Amino acid sequence: MLSRRRLIALALPCLAVTEFAHADWQVNMTRGVTDVSESVFNLHMTIFWICVIIGIVVFGVMFWSIFAHRKSKGAKPAQFHESTTVEIIWTIIPFVILIGMAIPATGTLIQMYDTSDSELDIKITGYQWKWKYDYLQEDFGFFSNLSTPQDQIYNRDDKGENYLLEVDEPVVIPVNKKVRFLVTANDVIHSWWVPDLAVKRDAIPGFINEAWAIVKEPGIYRGQCAELCGKDHGFMPIVVKAVSDEEYQEWVLAKQELARQEYELKNKQWSLEELVERGEQVYNKSCAACHQASGEGLPPAFPALKDSAVALGPIENHIDVVVNGVSGTAMQAFGPQLSEVDLAAVITYERNAWGNNKGDMVSPQEIAQSK
Amino acid sequence: MSAVVGEHHDDHHHGPAKGLTRWIYTTNHKDIGSMYLWFSFIMFLIGGTMALVIRAELFEPGMQIVDPGFFNQMTTMHGLIMVFGAVMPAFVGLANWLIPMMVGAPDMALPRMNNWSFWILPFAFALLLSSLFMEGGAPNFGWTFYAPLSTTYAPPSVTYFIFGVHMMGVSSIMGAINVIATILNLRAPGMTLMKMPLFVWTWLITAFLLIAVMPVLAGVVTMMLMDIHFDTSFFSAAGGGDPVLFQHVFWFFGHPEVYIMILPAFGVASQIIPTFSRKRLFGYPSMVYATASIAILSFVVWAHHMFTVGLPLAGELFFMYATMLIAVPTGVKVFNWVSTMFRGSLTFETPMLFAIAFVILFTIGGFSGLMLAIAPVDFQYHDTYFVVAHFHYVLVPGAIFSIFAAAYYWLPKWTGHMYDEALGKAHFWLSFIGLNLTFFPMHFVGLAGMPRRIPDYAMQFADFNMVSSMGAFLFGTTQLLFLFIVLKCIRGGKKATAQVWEGADGLEWTLPSPAPYHSFSEPPQVK
Repeated sequence: MLSRRRLIALALPCLAVTEFAHADWQVNMTRGVTDVSESVFNLHMTIFWICVIIGIVVFGVMFWSIFAHRKSKGAKPAQFHESTTVEIIWTIIPFVILIGMAIPATGTLIQMYDTSDSELDIKITGYQWKWKYDYLQEDFGFFSNLSTPQDQIYNRDDKGENYLLEVDEPVVIPVNKKVRFLVTANDVIHSWWVPDLAVKRDAIPGFINEAWAIVKEPGIYRGQCAELCGKDHGFMPIVVKAVSDEEYQEWVLAKQELARQEYELKNKQWSLEELVERGEQVYNKSCAACHQASGEGLPPAFPALKDSAVALGPIENHIDVVVNGVSGTAMQAFGPQLSEVDLAAVITYERNAWGNNKGDMVSPQEIAQSK
Repeated sequence: MSAVVGEHHDDHHHGPAKGLTRWIYTTNHKDIGSMYLWFSFIMFLIGGTMALVIRAELFEPGMQIVDPGFFNQMTTMHGLIMVFGAVMPAFVGLANWLIPMMVGAPDMALPRMNNWSFWILPFAFALLLSSLFMEGGAPNFGWTFYAPLSTTYAPPSVTYFIFGVHMMGVSSIMGAINVIATILNLRAPGMTLMKMPLFVWTWLITAFLLIAVMPVLAGVVTMMLMDIHFDTSFFSAAGGGDPVLFQHVFWFFGHPEVYIMILPAFGVASQIIPTFSRKRLFGYPSMVYATASIAILSFVVWAHHMFTVGLPLAGELFFMYATMLIAVPTGVKVFNWVSTMFRGSLTFETPMLFAIAFVILFTIGGFSGLMLAIAPVDFQYHDTYFVVAHFHYVLVPGAIFSIFAAAYYWLPKWTGHMYDEALGKAHFWLSFIGLNLTFFPMHFVGLAGMPRRIPDYAMQFADFNMVSSMGAFLFGTTQLLFLFIVLKCIRGGKKATAQVWEGADGLEWTLPSPAPYHSFSEPPQVK
């Protein structure tokens, strides 16, 4: 028994080593799937090799001095300490090399900045801590949230293949079409980055930045928010799904149909139980990141809802806080983000969850009136 | 001038006062220099501990040790403490100790202000560090504190942060005024500007940079204060302001700030490499001109930190070209150092090891800096670990290695004892290995797509992050060895001669070791 245990103890480090050896040791930038990302990659490699060559020359001379001109080998110091000619030469040569780098870089940059003639416009809005995609021509939009379960993040479950790089709803684009991204933000600055597209644009509240991509190959391309945006900055990934044009058209029709169905839900008569059930889903998607699934919040930035004055107080006040937000705090206005049904559901849920047994409810129709 | 110095000597031929009051009331450049250096070392350990918290959390995927909110506090405080608490005060400490001895003066020109500029710092950092224990926690918006994350969405402690930054700024400006006054007024007869040691030159230029940009930092934090407490909207789009304005103002301070942290390091390397090459510094005038060019260029490159904010094309091109241009004077400096070593008679004592590593690793940081300057490619590098690798390569083996090099180089002059050479070399090699293990893999994960400032990451970054974390703990614990070496050297050791190093040249080496309390009571003649 003891020896077996010892065997396992011996085997463990070996296992760890093999796991290590099989792991992903990617060391370089992706080539990506657009012409722009390809030229960015080529530019990156060109400059890298120029730096390597300069490095070899400079460090070569230095290492030669270190090995050959050491006192222990009896080296006597030379007396030279100035040469204007040499100084001019090593000012001019780097300057010329830099011009050689600047020319292709300028070309690529001009190409990146040409956002004209797009065939599809998607407005991307950064929120703490999710992305919203609005298809401007097709007239629908949706939020895209991290879908990695908390159990994986807190090590209670094995981590999946796309850990932290998976979302509930990816942004879908057609291949071989010029897609323009209009990037902005609702609260703080975020940055929308997909390495395979070589697109990184800061999402700035009050401003709209433009970027574009023509994806050449269907596939799933993953990225992340690249600008520190608060607590869950590391947990708002981006997934772009590039599909054929037919598949894209089908997807658009399905999304539009779904939007119609959602719209009709608001005329339905809802019971308290139905609202609480839907409200829990809405809460976990839109509220739990700050106020926590337990309703206990993370005070003082994110107050508790459990036993709180808002959730147990007058319902009009509760609706106002959720719909219009609280200015000067991290509490966003959810009126523009959520449908009336979802607003009604989440407010009702908050008043009837975690021991907040108010027993009252608000209907989507009442939300519509109060807006 | 010499008459003034003479009188000073007649009145004050006593040594340091006894007890604690010596340190509180002191106006002596050596005492104040020592306090600066000890203060910065304490801050280095505190900031380093925070870095180890970060690296421990990033050791493997998943959240293990801290929550994401506290992680952000750690990255923010680590950056602020290392920049404002460790690197900058260390260089001011070196300036205090060395500039009067190098220019042949008895002390700094403005000794009482010198005392004040040091004693502000412990209070400034007490304010900043106390925010860790406040409700809502310490600043958590990154050391670059971009609005509106640092205004509307900031924890309440942001006000303490703002006042802390104001106090650090006051301290830095006074320190800089003192350096300029000393260098311009107290040089020994015969020491023309172009005969000054390069450390003095680089500090003179640094001091002008400080005076130019610290008020800009004070301005930007004051605008934040107004936005937070007095309902202005400088940085709030909802009120007609502009969040990008914050970044322009911040980086107008921030980019020269980068050179504030590296120019004195250039000066240190330019003192040490000739000594251990036993050969005069190659191209002294071009070193001076290159330093000045870098300083001037630093004012026109700030927006290269902002290539992704949506600058117009013309702006992107201008800042790209201007930034690339910095490679020219920086290259000149590296070529001069290498030419100084070339055909010298080299020995490799600890200061020289740190100085050589400085040149090599700073150059690697310079290469990645050049890559980052290329705007279209920066769209892939920006805000990734590639940037983290880049600035740690210029700051750790750049600024911090030069501070270590300086400490070993001048410790015998300061204490009168030689440090333990074997331990010094061990400190060097462990630091060298540790830092490369820590920061080199960051280039790889950055290029592979890992954003910076995230507490948890996707599986494909796991292996290199584990290597980085192990390197960080090696580097971090090694620094305790440095503390031991310094303490041992202060307590005793082989007696140091006045010259200390065979190839050393300069006025500070004409003074006995340890140097007398009031450095030069008679102005030396410089030929």
